[in-house]
Amino acid sequence: MANASTINNSRVQHHFRNADQQFSSSKLGMWLFLFTEVMFFGGLFVAYIIYRAWNPELFTMAATELDTLFGAVNTAVLIGSSLTCALAIRAAQTDNTKMVVNYLLITIALATLFLVIKYFEYTAKIEIGILPGAMYTFEGIDHPKASVFFSIYYMMTGLHGLHVVIGIGLMIWLVIRAKAGDYNSAYYTPVEITGLYWHLVDIIWIFLFPLMYLID
Amino acid sequence: MEATTNGNGKTLKVRYFDIEENPETHYLNAEKGIKSWLFTVDHKRIGIMYLASIAFFFLIGGILALVLRTELLTPTENLMTAEQYNRVFTLHGAIMVFLFIIPSIPAALGNFLLPIMLGAKDVAFPRLNLASFWIYSIGALFTLASLAVNPIDTGWTFYTPYSVQTGSAVILMTFGVFIMGFSSILTGMNFIVTIHKLRAPGLTWGRMPLFLWAMYATSVIQVLATPVLAITLALLIMERTLGIGIFDPALGGDPVLYQHFFWFYSHPAVYIMIVPAFGVISELIGTFSRKTVFGYWAIAMSSLAIAFIGSLVWGHHMFVSGQSELSTVVFSFLTFFVGIPTGIKIFNWLATMHKGSIDMKTPMVYACMFLFLFTIGGVTGIMLGAISVNVHLHDTYYVVAHFHYVMMGGTVIAFLGGLHFWWPKMTGKMYNEFWGKIASAFIFVGFNLTFLPQFIMGSQGMPRRYYSYIEQFQTMHQLSTYGSYVLGVGFVIIAVYLAHSLVKGAQAPANPWGARSLDWMTSSPPDQHNFKYQPVVSNGAYDYHKPMADFTLGIAEDPAHHGHDDAVKVEAEKAEIR
Repeated sequence: MANASTINNSRVQHHFRNADQQFSSSKLGMWLFLFTEVMFFGGLFVAYIIYRAWNPELFTMAATELDTLFGAVNTAVLIGSSLTCALAIRAAQTDNTKMVVNYLLITIALATLFLVIKYFEYTAKIEIGILPGAMYTFEGIDHPKASVFFSIYYMMTGLHGLHVVIGIGLMIWLVIRAKAGDYNSAYYTPVEITGLYWHLVDIIWIFLFPLMYLID
Repeated sequence: MEATTNGNGKTLKVRYFDIEENPETHYLNAEKGIKSWLFTVDHKRIGIMYLASIAFFFLIGGILALVLRTELLTPTENLMTAEQYNRVFTLHGAIMVFLFIIPSIPAALGNFLLPIMLGAKDVAFPRLNLASFWIYSIGALFTLASLAVNPIDTGWTFYTPYSVQTGSAVILMTFGVFIMGFSSILTGMNFIVTIHKLRAPGLTWGRMPLFLWAMYATSVIQVLATPVLAITLALLIMERTLGIGIFDPALGGDPVLYQHFFWFYSHPAVYIMIVPAFGVISELIGTFSRKTVFGYWAIAMSSLAIAFIGSLVWGHHMFVSGQSELSTVVFSFLTFFVGIPTGIKIFNWLATMHKGSIDMKTPMVYACMFLFLFTIGGVTGIMLGAISVNVHLHDTYYVVAHFHYVMMGGTVIAFLGGLHFWWPKMTGKMYNEFWGKIASAFIFVGFNLTFLPQFIMGSQGMPRRYYSYIEQFQTMHQLSTYGSYVLGVGFVIIAVYLAHSLVKGAQAPANPWGARSLDWMTSSPPDQHNFKYQPVVSNGAYDYHKPMADFTLGIAEDPAHHGHDDAVKVEAEKAEIR
């Protein structure tokens, strides 16, 4: 970005002195936002840690009900989407608008695939009565607090899923603007900071997967 | 002065600029109509809208307080039933905390001043700033809706398990607070980025006004702690709707965990309330003592120290809630520890006043009042941090008096000082100095009359949040109630003369107090883009020994101030200048 300020100024908002200042401000803003996201999910991770410390046997029992294969496939899908997202940023930096659009579309497709797999996982659970909180009716786990594990499971994966949906929305908007030729090597801030967001969504899942599915 | 370097080895051509007095166009009349306010991205207008909103909620919260005090005039029923009393004190607390005091200094004064003090045209993300105001408004609507539906009676802390069992509108209320949290987060992010990236040339960290250091520390806490409140309230809502069993003991949950989560935000939140007040006081004492602020770095760094240590003391709210003895001891120690940076500030302010040329204008009167009242509030806080004393005083009026001395005697008094101090800048009008001092006397007397008796009652065992009391406490309660009326009169006087000044006040000069920071180096009210030139800073914010002209430097022939259309040309010219 070192030379960007002298190339294109049409996208510099009036209160910034140049494109460098605008780009680094946006990026710092996004990092701060990601930090708040970590704190936001952090509350749930703390709840997880505390209940696991109190009921270690419950967590090993309950985790066997989760489908490791689905989880593993989803992990691969999300890591793949992070790669294509990074490639979209690279394409913007090299003025390759066509590939920006293509990579973003692949990322959206992978994110949607993640949600589809998650949908099948959820419905399989719901059918046998594994629901959050008071609606929990499953009798396969012999533990009085079995419902609490699945409450935490649904809260964490549900909140993560919401972030995936928001990410898809952001990337659809990016595709529309990229098709209009809004992004090039001089200005690609929205692609870059959406990418940062998407990597965070990926990282949170990378923590969720072993914590939920791989307890043994 | 022809040229100066801005630290990066780049040379800037600078010259002196004259500050316009009585400008014809300024931010208040640059655009007209209600839409130009509601959809503005101008940080100054957003600050004014916040100011109007918090004034409205302060009025509501204040009326509720007077109603509560009137009910407590006698131990029997005066105005309302016990159940209504529970609702009123909950609303008083929730409105004052979430709708008034948290946005008070940061969102109202901070929004208005922060970019001007930095010599910037706006905050880093102006549209996000507007969004944050709208998010605040939507959250406030939810809160008001809960009032209409079924006012909540849980206390402002929403402790489980009662908040899960009560029939009142807990979900509406907590969802409103949840939404407002995002407003707070976005404002904090915006301010951090703005301070990092939009400082004027030459405005190094060591030259920033201390108000900006305080705002920086506050923003760090907002960004760090508020998301935890959000997830806590989200879990509470889930507990009520789905029965997830994390906080509700009937379902295998743990109410103490809720308290940990809640105070992990809400204790740092008291520093969101008080640290901006410290910033205001630094400005007031520096300006009206006509002296370089003593211990600049000590004051600046103690704000950050408070932000850091203050995030690790939440457990002192739970000494009798059943947390482990070890954590009680650790939290008690850390609570004492957080008193150190606060003490550093107080002593530095006193040292600034020492041998200063003190001008007792109304804002300075409030600053001195702050030193007195906040010190009482702070020291009683340290007493409450001692475990054995805490067990005796827990949930008594002593605690109520303590946090009112900090929140009202500290933050509200500093806010009033700041409001008077920057009133000429914000409105272009001077308030009435005579009535200003009369009102401050009412506030001081009324405040102490209201809350000093509560310390005494509390130490004798009067529990907080009680609808009735034994006769022994009646004199104290009545003193407190009469004090609250005096306090109310003081606020009415302020409202009247400030409103009067808008209509008939004298035109304010650009720098009525002879201050040196950038907020006074522009017209009153400021230009729509804050400055007619790009300021360059070559001195500290409190260098009163240097001539005023040294503070009005700006980039000579700055292309960036010619308008938006020739922005491209601008860059080419600038490249040559470099």
